[in-house]
Amino acid sequence: MKKYSDLEFLRLSKWERFVYKLVSFFAAIPVGLKNGVVGIGKFFANVFKAIGAEFADLVTTFTKGDWKTKTSYLVMGFGNIARGQVLRGLLFLLFEIVFIVYMVIPGGGGYYLKMLSTLGTEGPSKGYNEVLDTYTMTPHDNSFRILLYGVLTLFFIVAFIYTWRANVKQNKIAEQILKSGKPLRSGKDDLRSMVDDNFHKTLLALPLTGILIFTVMPIVFMILVAFTNYDGAHNGYTNALFTWVGFDNFRTMFSWNVGGVNYAATFGEILLWTLIWAFFATFTNYFLGIFVAMMINKKGIQLKKLWRTILILTIAIPQFISLLYVSKMFNLNGLVNGALKSLGIIKQSIDFWGTPWIARVMVIVINIWIGIPYLMLIATGILMNIPADLYESSRIDGASGWKQFTKITLPYMLFITGPYLLTSFTGNMNNFNVIYLLTGGGPTNAARSGASGSVGYTDLLITWLFKITTGSDTKYYLASVVGILVFIVVALISLIVYNLLPSVKNEEDFQ
Amino acid sequence: MKKNETEAPVMKQHMGLKASAAISNTIIYVILVIMSIIWLIPFVCIVLQSFRVESTYIVDYVVPHKWGLDNYVKLFHSNFTRWYINTFIIALVVAVVQTVIVLCMSYTLSRFRFKLRKGLMQFMLILGMFPGMLAMIILYRVLDDMGMTGSNSLPGLILVYVASSGMGYYVSKGFFDTIPKSLDEAARVDGATRAQILYKIILPLAKPIVIYTILTAFMGPWGDFVFARYVSQLKPLGMNVAVGLQSWLATDTMTHDNYTLFCAGGVVVAVPVAILFMCLQRYYVEGVTGGAVKG
Repeated sequence: MKKYSDLEFLRLSKWERFVYKLVSFFAAIPVGLKNGVVGIGKFFANVFKAIGAEFADLVTTFTKGDWKTKTSYLVMGFGNIARGQVLRGLLFLLFEIVFIVYMVIPGGGGYYLKMLSTLGTEGPSKGYNEVLDTYTMTPHDNSFRILLYGVLTLFFIVAFIYTWRANVKQNKIAEQILKSGKPLRSGKDDLRSMVDDNFHKTLLALPLTGILIFTVMPIVFMILVAFTNYDGAHNGYTNALFTWVGFDNFRTMFSWNVGGVNYAATFGEILLWTLIWAFFATFTNYFLGIFVAMMINKKGIQLKKLWRTILILTIAIPQFISLLYVSKMFNLNGLVNGALKSLGIIKQSIDFWGTPWIARVMVIVINIWIGIPYLMLIATGILMNIPADLYESSRIDGASGWKQFTKITLPYMLFITGPYLLTSFTGNMNNFNVIYLLTGGGPTNAARSGASGSVGYTDLLITWLFKITTGSDTKYYLASVVGILVFIVVALISLIVYNLLPSVKNEEDFQ
Repeated sequence: MKKNETEAPVMKQHMGLKASAAISNTIIYVILVIMSIIWLIPFVCIVLQSFRVESTYIVDYVVPHKWGLDNYVKLFHSNFTRWYINTFIIALVVAVVQTVIVLCMSYTLSRFRFKLRKGLMQFMLILGMFPGMLAMIILYRVLDDMGMTGSNSLPGLILVYVASSGMGYYVSKGFFDTIPKSLDEAARVDGATRAQILYKIILPLAKPIVIYTILTAFMGPWGDFVFARYVSQLKPLGMNVAVGLQSWLATDTMTHDNYTLFCAGGVVVAVPVAILFMCLQRYYVEGVTGGAVKG
């Protein structure tokens, strides 16, 4: 397409400008995608380059180092101790001993690594126990533990290699310092640096350990589960082992017919509704929230604080109470139907939650009730920051209120809240509470009854995932597949939109 | 337009502006009043229905025919007291530990420039795109192995809430970013260690965001449904208020025999939490407006 210069662009008519913007938006998508792919490629190239450099450094450190350094290649921390840095050296040595002991003891890391390729060979079975005179479980492999501790062992090995590398590096640095005639840092210096130069490491230690164990490790585990047949009937420890099945589960998810169930269409339908929901939930809240904030902020409106406090009630009261209660208000025999009937507006109760399209509209409408207050708060803060003289001068030029809104307020808001809109969109895609507490995903979609997790018309991918794991057949592997697909969709949207945002902000600008 | 004609329309326009301002203000008041009513109705209804004595199931009228405290009395003889204590303990512990973790994380990412900083932040951004629920399946089994599920779910739940809270550093990092770095540098020149700078200079300045973090951390467990349901496995002694009250509504979807009991429980949960929130509203608004904008 033709690229206009600024001057040419200004000469275009309104309609032409709109078309131009739209076309350039879509024309930018391939570039954005390309940038993303190139970025990932570059990342891996850099990683390989770095690994190569590390190896080269290892070799030169060994050949040029003295005997203390060379011994440290086998006995971690030896160099440190020999040069007087006893505390560091002992920590290295301790880590090495723990690692070796863990790897070689029976039932330790070595066992889990060996079993990781099959996830166990001997399934649970009942054997006759002569002492107790009953049938009891015989000792057997446990697929769940093997996968879990297998992953942990891999983590541990990576940590060991990293520490070993650090240990070698320390020797090189120590040699250099000694050569230049300066003293090495003592253990006391090390402790002091923990609250000073290396304070960031001290502060990050606890949070990052938590994230590693409770977020990273489970995610790695669940990604792996997507390639197994782990479900209620193969739970790996009481009824049957589970094992690797390759890409079978992904094939199931994208097939038109697996045992009479069309998973591809099920997934497509839910994804489509998830996107529609996220779009409406985000933008209705956004514009209505700005609108409400502007109304309350308007000059001459009294009781500003009261209006805000009333609206904030939906933030103050836990969502499960307000959402569950509102959901019951719209029941077949609930308050809303009762009120409408007594007012003579309807004769028969409206089945708000039983009719697919009404249920879908209702969740979006009720979400406005929940969501506007947040946007009102955010918008109030931003609106106050818009320079007042902008409005003054535009009024002198004869701009109407609507024109001021579209030409000043909205562009300013959009510019500042661009990143927020993106996170709010992806957040709404995973908005479990509103959907699950209001409808539970229902009304049930009869056409998809064969699919795992009793799919309903208002189900998002995230509630479907939840229902799969808590339903009767608990197909964990299918839930993992859904989870991975959710990640891919969210990541793609974020990547594309982020590349299209007018202002990818430099965070240092703020400081 | 000729020069002598301009004055009159301007006058007219001025008068018109005043009149139209009055009209638009009236319209705004009407909208605000209607909105307030819509926002308040459910909460008024839930309070009214919690005093209903004549029946306990779902009905289509608001004002009770017979008033009484029966539901509240029944509430305190049910498992609800246990759920309430559970949730309160969890919320207290989480408020303390999570605040410490979040502040450590956000302060570090705001103030220090170290090698893996950018990479770490991007990594956490990507991690956040995975549905957290996925992790729950495995965490449940791990906690189960440690005996922290079912009726004994309290420590397990605390661990789950607290462990990954470092990921939620965005808002307070945004706040720390606004505290001038020259303060740190001046203190460094005077010989303060990094730790002293944090305790003596930054933390006193960061009071609003500390309160914001405590408040959100405290309120989180009151509303959590997913993790609590997983970890407690619907064992009555291990549930929090959200799972417990939901179980009252979910057990019998047709008649809702525990409906008024749910209303009473909802009121007992909502009132203290809402009052606390309203008292600390100022800090919440500061956190939301400051943090969300920088995203």
